[in-house]
Amino acid sequence: MDWLFFFEVVLAGIGGGALYALAGIAFVIIYKATRVVNLAIGEMLMMGAYFFLTFFAILELPLWAAVVLALVSGAALGGVIERLAIRPMLGEDPISVFMVTVGLGSIMVGLVEIIWTADQRRLPEFMPSEPIFLGEAFISSKVFYGFLIALALVILVVCIFRYWRGGVALRATASDQGAAYAMGINVPRVFSLAWVAAAALATVAGIVVGAIGGLSSSMGVFGLSVLVVVIVGGLDSVVGAMAAGLLIGVLEALAGAFLGGEYKLLTTFIVLVVVLMLRPYGLFGTREIERL
Amino acid sequence: MAAGIPILRVDGLTLAFGGVKALNGVGFDVEPGSITTVIGPNGAGKTSLFNTISGFYRPTQGSVQFEGKDISRVPAPKRARLGLARSFQNIALFRGMSVLDNIKLGRHCHLKTNVLQGLFYLGAARREEMALRADIEERIIDFLEIDHIRHAPVSALPYGLQKRVEMARALAMQPKVLMLDEPVAGMNREETEDMARFILDVRAEWGITVLMVEHDMGLVMDLSDHVVVLNFGQVIADGTPAQVQGDPEVIRAYLGAGDVADLRRRLRQPEAEAA
Repeated sequence: MDWLFFFEVVLAGIGGGALYALAGIAFVIIYKATRVVNLAIGEMLMMGAYFFLTFFAILELPLWAAVVLALVSGAALGGVIERLAIRPMLGEDPISVFMVTVGLGSIMVGLVEIIWTADQRRLPEFMPSEPIFLGEAFISSKVFYGFLIALALVILVVCIFRYWRGGVALRATASDQGAAYAMGINVPRVFSLAWVAAAALATVAGIVVGAIGGLSSSMGVFGLSVLVVVIVGGLDSVVGAMAAGLLIGVLEALAGAFLGGEYKLLTTFIVLVVVLMLRPYGLFGTREIERL
Repeated sequence: MAAGIPILRVDGLTLAFGGVKALNGVGFDVEPGSITTVIGPNGAGKTSLFNTISGFYRPTQGSVQFEGKDISRVPAPKRARLGLARSFQNIALFRGMSVLDNIKLGRHCHLKTNVLQGLFYLGAARREEMALRADIEERIIDFLEIDHIRHAPVSALPYGLQKRVEMARALAMQPKVLMLDEPVAGMNREETEDMARFILDVRAEWGITVLMVEHDMGLVMDLSDHVVVLNFGQVIADGTPAQVQGDPEVIRAYLGAGDVADLRRRLRQPEAEAA
């Protein structure tokens, strides 16, 4: 066995896994605050990537401006979705809200194809391209920087949850909406905040995923793996999303390298089935989870 | 009743769910510094009344006035900031957080620092946290005698203590009116006596007005200055504990019939018919 190769594959897996973790956290924030299972997370990520493409490649704005504008647009999209599609569904059956998010996903795919056409797009290179070596192991620079960006954001999110009032308000809302409301927490605003924050995180993930693999209207398939990640980790657990993100990332990379690309999804879903058999509420999730 | 404006006034409050009227023209005053209790048989509308006062339900008709101002259209979080704090009939603590975190969250509505200050724990955020800690630790936690459990996760605590933590959280909101929904439900005698003492001390030491819903008649009659009796969404009696206790309407609501002679007569009737 070639240990160096194995190590490189694992590193690449961790890099990819960090993106799963990031998108997974975006999913978890929404689920925690609003109890909405958001199946459109992959499409939100795709929209973020296309926003960035527009500002960076089409309008040729400087990198920082393109990133900021993409983040703002992505966040605004999250806010609009919450206000127009999710808020009116407040108090409806969870399965209905879930179906709304499925529909939102299709609408976003359609929008992308109308606005940016169904062709594959590539982002211009914006990350330093010389390969990174850890000891002797080689990692592609995009994966490496993507990992760093994801890591920084994950740390930021965890800190915000812990130390900022709004984060605490979000945790309180997640725990007991009625009590939070009576404590003076503006619960509808927490809902909006959760969607806005999640959409911004998804945008970052989208930019990195787009930089690594290119953009297309089927990018939302990434969301399928993210769904596996959050189910394995537990729908309402930030730690779970991080751990499961890395786990799935590494397993996918190993399966891809040693068994062949067609085994990637197979491995992921085998993990999903096994975890669900052993712990139906996910590795780190709380037990009381709706059945869908 | 004392002169001046009541701290809380409920006026002609009607709350309808479809055709069902949970509250029907309910009106009463809560005098500042009083302990006012709402009693009534199950389903009389007590909790609906509480939910309407704290802003969870919007009344179909009528108004809620706080310190002379109509707050019927003010959303619940803002009412909390004005000084209306409540506890819940079924404990609604933030599970998964510690006792101290739960209590601190009560102060949430009064905190003002922004995200950056919070993250870096700078100036204002630090001062705010220090002031919060001093107040909560020295006053509220000591007062309610929950010092020994301050770092315990709330979900692991026995029922009586959870109720006390919920009260501590409400006190952390610096309320003017403390609304307690069945503060001693399910408690044994010793816990009930402790809670009764806390309720009296809340008023004596902090001058907080108390509005509660309670079924324990001994406690209600001992503590209250003013008792409001609800039945089928309507006020059927309103006065001092002694006045309410002697009211035939109240006895009828609780026992089905107030007049013993009438009850006997009605019981005898079927016998006579059978004979």
